[in-house]
Amino acid sequence: MKARRYMDKTFKAGIIIFSILTIVPLFIILITLLKWGINALNLDLITKVQRPVGEKGGALNSLVGTLIITTISTIIAAPISILAGVYVAEFPDKLLSKITAVSSRLIAGIPSIVIGIVVYAWCVKPMRGYSALAGSIALALMMIPNIVTATVESIMMIPKDYREASRSLGANFTRTTLKVIMPFALPGILTGLLSSFSRIAGETAPLLFTSFGNPFLNFNILKPMSALPLLIYNYATSPYKEWHQIAWGASLILILIVFLVSITSHLGVRKWKA
Amino acid sequence: MINKRSKNKSEGGSISPFAIFRSTKSQDIVFVQILKISALLVSIVIVAFLATLLLSSWPFVKTFGLKALVLRVWDPINDNYGALPFIVTTVLVSVLALILSVPFSLSVAFLTKERYLPKRIKDLLTTSLNLITAIPSVIYGFWGLFALAPIMRIIQLKFGYPPYGVGILTAVLVLTIMIIPLSASIASEVIKLVPEELEEASYALGANTYETNLKVILPIARSGILAGFLLSLGRALGETMAVTMVIGNFNNFPSNLLGPSNTIASLIANQFNEASGIHQSGLIFLGLILFLITLIFNFTGNLLILRRLQK
Repeated sequence: MKARRYMDKTFKAGIIIFSILTIVPLFIILITLLKWGINALNLDLITKVQRPVGEKGGALNSLVGTLIITTISTIIAAPISILAGVYVAEFPDKLLSKITAVSSRLIAGIPSIVIGIVVYAWCVKPMRGYSALAGSIALALMMIPNIVTATVESIMMIPKDYREASRSLGANFTRTTLKVIMPFALPGILTGLLSSFSRIAGETAPLLFTSFGNPFLNFNILKPMSALPLLIYNYATSPYKEWHQIAWGASLILILIVFLVSITSHLGVRKWKA
Repeated sequence: MINKRSKNKSEGGSISPFAIFRSTKSQDIVFVQILKISALLVSIVIVAFLATLLLSSWPFVKTFGLKALVLRVWDPINDNYGALPFIVTTVLVSVLALILSVPFSLSVAFLTKERYLPKRIKDLLTTSLNLITAIPSVIYGFWGLFALAPIMRIIQLKFGYPPYGVGILTAVLVLTIMIIPLSASIASEVIKLVPEELEEASYALGANTYETNLKVILPIARSGILAGFLLSLGRALGETMAVTMVIGNFNNFPSNLLGPSNTIASLIANQFNEASGIHQSGLIFLGLILFLITLIFNFTGNLLILRRLQK
């Protein structure tokens, strides 16, 4: 009897301790970033482009690159994923719909480096050069699963009566979907869009062989372009103290962007599901 | 507004040459076709990936066959392509990270289910886990390189190994932190599906928390929890940046856990941009192997989850 009680107490204490230990790294990493990143946060970081060692540079080109590449990814991924999601939700019994649902889940599991290789073969090789567009396509592929799932789930949650009421008033399928179903599903879809955005904003591996990086400020999406994660990778693995500083600053900016978008999307989920 | 528009449609239907797009039936046909095409695009991605990888790795397979999978020396300059060290390290690092993560993810899953726990603490826990998932892997690598590696250096010195700081164990630790949230969130989703009556019945019969969790809930949620582990393993196998930055990039066969090595993903990340011809094709072949392995784990994991949800 005593042994049972002892086991129970140990178990309870165990799961509490292990759970706390799980979130400890989050705080350690954030503190490390703040400690080393706060000193690097200055005007140079966001007004100057990358420079050789010794010539105080910044991360402006990477910040601009990240914004451009992720925006184009969203423009590519959103329409296809939302429409595919509508198909899966509206025709759940069709074979194509089942294949799409499975495929979307499997895309989420493709290693990011493999996406980099494949988009290299699709875009960089035929176009004979690295480009921001290729990087955007690689990241767009990574956005698909989240948006499809969010679309399907938000449409599934809408009561059937709405659709039936709309149809019985004489509206056709298209009108019902666009004017009745979509407005209700939109908050959920936007949440999915945000969470997929926060996921790709920090991706490095798919950009290594596609967008490649570029020390200059570049707005041409057919040319190589830098992004914050690429800068962090290159500078962190370099032997220069000065570059490490810039990388810490860039990491802090990147994590602020990612956390802001991620928290917004989770708040959205909570509000919308309540 | 809807009324006005539909009126226009019925009036203009017979006059306009574009009438066919305005009549409600053909509008539906066009719309459904657009939906179908989008769904088709999403559903062919996996096949397109497989085809591209097969096609691009064919030159390598044609020249060297499949024996690269069992050879031990990787030396592209002399046309030696042995991928066994990378395959072994990839599996070793991922499996170790998964094993280390099990007690943590199960604890989180058990804890979030308990009803006596205040909602605020549960929210804090889930929000923290979401943020851990949101941290970009390159930042994990950066942190591992500058904060974790110095600690590992001390340990390596103590055991008499060269103090690189980076190495297999460093990669395992970083990877463990990264995959806990995924398996924890899937495990807690599955545990939530266990009927409350069973839990209550167990308590009513006099079982304590320990017995209820391990002997009642765990067996029922088993397949779902396993699915979570499979998906986490898939994620670990393919994780690139964090591992690349802390594993040490050493192409020989791994001799010990504290030494440096290379996984398939980190090898590709390091060499792909400098590679050309048969070397590049060889790296793509390794990418194909990685793709197939992760595909199997993901497919099985998702299948288990779907079957669980349908029950």
